[in-house]
Amino acid sequence: MTNANVAKARVATVWLDGCSGCHMSLLDMDERLILLEEKIELVYSPLVDAKQFPENVDVALVEGSVSSEDDLHKIRLIRANSKVLIALGDCSVTGNIPSMRTVFPLAKVLERVYEENTTINKQVPTKIVPKLLERVMPLHEVVNVDLYLPGCPPSAQDIFFAISELLEGRMPDLSTTMRFGA
Amino acid sequence: MSTTGVDIHTLMIENHECGARADQTILEVAEENGIFIPTLCRLPGLSNIGACRMCLVEVKGSNKLLPACVTKVQEGMEVTVNSERLAEYRKLTLEMLFSERNHICSVCVTNGHCDLQSLAQKLGVNHITMPYIHPLMPVDASHPRFIADHNRCILCTRCVRVCIEVEGAHTWDIMGRGTKALVITDLCSPWGASESCTGCGKCVQVCPTGALSEKGQAAGEMHKRRAFLPYLSMMREVAR
Repeated sequence: MTNANVAKARVATVWLDGCSGCHMSLLDMDERLILLEEKIELVYSPLVDAKQFPENVDVALVEGSVSSEDDLHKIRLIRANSKVLIALGDCSVTGNIPSMRTVFPLAKVLERVYEENTTINKQVPTKIVPKLLERVMPLHEVVNVDLYLPGCPPSAQDIFFAISELLEGRMPDLSTTMRFGA
Repeated sequence: MSTTGVDIHTLMIENHECGARADQTILEVAEENGIFIPTLCRLPGLSNIGACRMCLVEVKGSNKLLPACVTKVQEGMEVTVNSERLAEYRKLTLEMLFSERNHICSVCVTNGHCDLQSLAQKLGVNHITMPYIHPLMPVDASHPRFIADHNRCILCTRCVRVCIEVEGAHTWDIMGRGTKALVITDLCSPWGASESCTGCGKCVQVCPTGALSEKGQAAGEMHKRRAFLPYLSMMREVAR
């Protein structure tokens, strides 16, 4: 039962340049989500309605790599407003699939997508969509990361373990249990 | 000196007293005594070349780190296998391998069965501290049955060694230097056009990563079968 006197941990989840598979894995915690709900308040996430990343976040789980100027702005804000920043999944830890475009010059990538493979209205967008960065980066190339959860996606069990340990005030060590790709 | 004519040395590995023949390497003796030393380019049945630097150890009296796979034992040697310095260097070396090419584990044919991936996990490499280079690497799919994907190659030369030492074809070799080095077939002609390649596939099976694979495999489907190697070595010993 929820104890109203105990302040819940303020948790945020973020979706940068990834496929949302890590968030699917998060939801794969199934009934364990109910256990977590008693201890956390989800203050920002693609799964809730908050539009602005809030202040005083205890734990931020970030899926996806830093690929655009918008991602760059967001990850700096997330870092500034969060006590513990978790890189969730291979895209945020290594760059993974989004980073595969980095081997080509950005102009060539845009040309390929918006001109070569387009039949009508061929043009590289310059408004509304954020500008892509020349190279795709893992989170730790831009900000300090406190915990790495590699995997594509990381398993629900590993995510649950990591969050549970943090809620108990311990920094989980998953360095030899989790691996790239799995 | 032993009466059988075999030189026996006594040495200390991780404070464990070990007896060894004079022609043995530190790695062999450590393994005989149940002491784990990480390896990557080494594969029993092939020659040892000390290329990957995973098996570096500290030897008392030497300020250099020595690769255990090619360093012969000496009387009274004191070998340290696990130290903070060695753990740090091994992790850094692995990280450099990851940063030098495009090892995208999630979409690799050997995901889950890769020596590089599993060693990273074993040594606790869960992120790469230096920036990725993201080089544009060639993929050679000209062979009817096999693919060479240089994005995944760590230049361990297992393919080169198995082709020379076991198959006897010497199709594979190394071209270039440093991170730009490539394993090549014949004189850098497409694998499918190689006159010397027998198509035996030994190189594919010994490759530690997804650099060499069989065609038609999706992500995670390429399992390497290496049981033939000790068997071939054994049968040759018998034949001699």
